[in-house]
Amino acid sequence: MKKKEVLVLEELLGSNKKIASEIREKLGKKGILTINILGSPGAGKTSLLERIAERLKPDYKMAVIEGDIETERDAERIRAKGIPAWQIITGGACHLDAKMIGNIFPEIPADLDFLFIENVGNLVCPANYDLGENIRCVLLSIPEGDDKPKKYPKAFTTSDCLIISKSDLLPALPFNLEHAQKEALEINPKLEIFTTSALKDSKINELIEYFLSALHKLRQKNA
Amino acid sequence: MHELSIVASLFEILEEKAKEQKAKKIISVKLKVGALSGVIPEFLETAFDIYKKDTIAAESTLKIEEVPLKIRCQRCDTEIVKDDFVFICEKCDSRELETLSGTELLLEKIELEV
Repeated sequence: MKKKEVLVLEELLGSNKKIASEIREKLGKKGILTINILGSPGAGKTSLLERIAERLKPDYKMAVIEGDIETERDAERIRAKGIPAWQIITGGACHLDAKMIGNIFPEIPADLDFLFIENVGNLVCPANYDLGENIRCVLLSIPEGDDKPKKYPKAFTTSDCLIISKSDLLPALPFNLEHAQKEALEINPKLEIFTTSALKDSKINELIEYFLSALHKLRQKNA
Repeated sequence: MHELSIVASLFEILEEKAKEQKAKKIISVKLKVGALSGVIPEFLETAFDIYKKDTIAAESTLKIEEVPLKIRCQRCDTEIVKDDFVFICEKCDSRELETLSGTELLLEKIELEV
């Protein structure tokens, strides 16, 4: 028996990263800004997308990829707003990966402005998978508690933007907004933070401005 | 838990490498897993043991080196090992920090029988 040691030094998620980079480059060349939205089940990801859709629809073209373990429900909610949506049913998998987005890629219209990807509701696993996005947003809803950024560091350190959702519940729950913002910035000083309510339609405009400015920058870069 | 998906990606690389080297079997697998890699080493071990059955790595052992999160302050040049994921320099309070290690999820080396 002959033994041999081989130095490999390969990233375990290297193939996902490669596919993601290709997606980012192709979508970027078309001038499409891609936004990956992470958050726990029930954090309000789909409700936020409904509000975003209402705001963007008159002037911009957007589409949504929905990731869920089961059902078409989220995609149906988005389609009801007149927005094209694809549903990825993972059948148990707790996250989307770049290959799943790559499978939909040929169907994505070239004239889009924004492609939103709503990840499977989960604050852990999706954080490891680059989907080819330009901006990663993590949602933290008021009922989840203000201690989450440090409990789920990967989701918060890999995100560009933190959306504290369901702000209409602040008067009812012992959520310390300042504490949550402070802790989030301690683990990721570059986070842009928005405190929104999809139900009361609060501060959605600020978020839209942020996306529009990122779209502008992407197109300038690729011009 | 996504550790099983990650182990599936690991086995894609393992099978490719074993084929390249014309190996009879894989004896051991060594990973480097950072404190901020987003995976739990114990879960990786469990997933590895489930996955390896009936593969070229069926009799292999998995070794995991856990890598702490290490950062360098870009203002005062201090290097610190962090266990709290707070990205603030303990010496000068700067938030301009460079991550040196601790985010890796790497297949470092394999031992083969050829």
